[in-house]
Amino acid sequence: MTTEQTRTHAIDMNSILRGRDSASEQLEITIKIENLNLHYGQKQALHNVSMDIPKKRVTAYIGPSGCGKSTLLRCINRMNDLVDSAKIDGKILLDNENIYDKSVNVAALRRRVGMVFQKPNPFPKSIAENVAYGLRIQGINDKRTLDETIESALRGAALWDEVKDRLNDNALGLSGGQQQRLVIARAIAIEPEVLLLDEPASALDPISTLKIEELINELKEKYTIVIVTHNMQQAARVSDYTAFMYMGELIEIGNTSQLFTNPKKKQTEDYITGRYG
Amino acid sequence: MDNTNIGHHISEQFNKELEDIRNHVLTMGGLVEEQIEQAIKAFTTSDVELAEQVIKQDNQIDALEKVLDRECMQIMALRQPTAFDLRLLITVLRIINELERVGDMAEHVAKMAIHLSNIEGNKSESYYEIQHIADLVKAMLHDALDAFARMTVEQVPAITGRDENVDREYASIIRQQITYMMEDPRNITRTINVLWTVRSLERIGDHACNICEHLVYMIKGEDVRHISRAELERKVKGE
Repeated sequence: MTTEQTRTHAIDMNSILRGRDSASEQLEITIKIENLNLHYGQKQALHNVSMDIPKKRVTAYIGPSGCGKSTLLRCINRMNDLVDSAKIDGKILLDNENIYDKSVNVAALRRRVGMVFQKPNPFPKSIAENVAYGLRIQGINDKRTLDETIESALRGAALWDEVKDRLNDNALGLSGGQQQRLVIARAIAIEPEVLLLDEPASALDPISTLKIEELINELKEKYTIVIVTHNMQQAARVSDYTAFMYMGELIEIGNTSQLFTNPKKKQTEDYITGRYG
Repeated sequence: MDNTNIGHHISEQFNKELEDIRNHVLTMGGLVEEQIEQAIKAFTTSDVELAEQVIKQDNQIDALEKVLDRECMQIMALRQPTAFDLRLLITVLRIINELERVGDMAEHVAKMAIHLSNIEGNKSESYYEIQHIADLVKAMLHDALDAFARMTVEQVPAITGRDENVDREYASIIRQQITYMMEDPRNITRTINVLWTVRSLERIGDHACNICEHLVYMIKGEDVRHISRAELERKVKGE
């Protein structure tokens, strides 16, 4: 073996030993949730939740129905403002700025924090207009800018090759999986920092689901992603960090491979293995 | 985190499948222990018939290995186990591999018994020099399997620690056999056969240690292979 070969070998060995989730990895934190409590009327839906969401990583929320994971996700772009009975205290810092400060412009916040829902919800417009929508409401009408954005967003959402010849067709004619990717394209067209995905694949067939998961893996190069999913295997496949929630409390958050092979808390273990508490 | 409770799954069927796997491992372990016992008896008493029976029975161990392999694979494919369940299956796959190797060691000892009996005729009570090391490794394997059955790791450092005694005993038998060879070169054939046998027995001790290490992974989620004894003790105590 030549010296060169030996050296290459050594480098490979190092990366293998370091593994995917190195503890020494320096993480930048995009979102910091601090002592968040949320009440829907009398009922408390979130109990003193605190966690850090690292930049350009995928963080998954798992937990049984009604555990507060969607509620928590919706807090990150203030969707719960739309619920009259919801009362929130605590802080969510996005790049060190509390998004619940009075001075915060909610529309601007939602441009920085995009959201995709369980059921694909394209507008009854053409494919191109769906993607351009976010830019148009910002007052951008320059055709070249729009065309470039439409193409790059559709490419980013891994949909371009399937729709490039029919950009003016009605978006509702796309399949469920394509519609969901279109909605993701619409979300990334305005270049948010954070993408919130609420059960993005639960209404899709297995192949479309895999495409969405593949897409999530590509999107994390550019965006910080938070995903809520009922499908634990999906959380295990797509996320770098997983948070387990139960009855409005954050029980455990850890790197995904650790949480799924050796969880620290018994409640987490019971949930992910499907045992009674 | 300790979670040694196989049951309490929401899926009764899953409970049963895991319970079956555990029982099959214990059956396989019992069979392997019996094979060693018989092989050593055949060796020390030059009982060719018993040795042949041991050789014939090894295929039962091999068959169990295959069954368990299939059962684990099936659960992994169909149920996507996580956490303790996943570690249990990985551990079972590793343990049955160790047990199968121990079965081969027993078969090897049985073959040596036949071989020596062919060279020397039926000279019973000639091979008691291996009895002590045999007792040591049998007890180690027994205790390792016992710890698996109880799903506890407290005994692990004590069991793996006993491997040092086995190694000492092994070294002392080698010295003793070298003396025999030097005394009279006609002893060499016999001595080499004894050495092969002792080597097999010493390996059984190593496999028992490996089983213990796999067990720590299953219960504690810690990979304790290739670390010092002191470190192993710390990890077992969860420090």
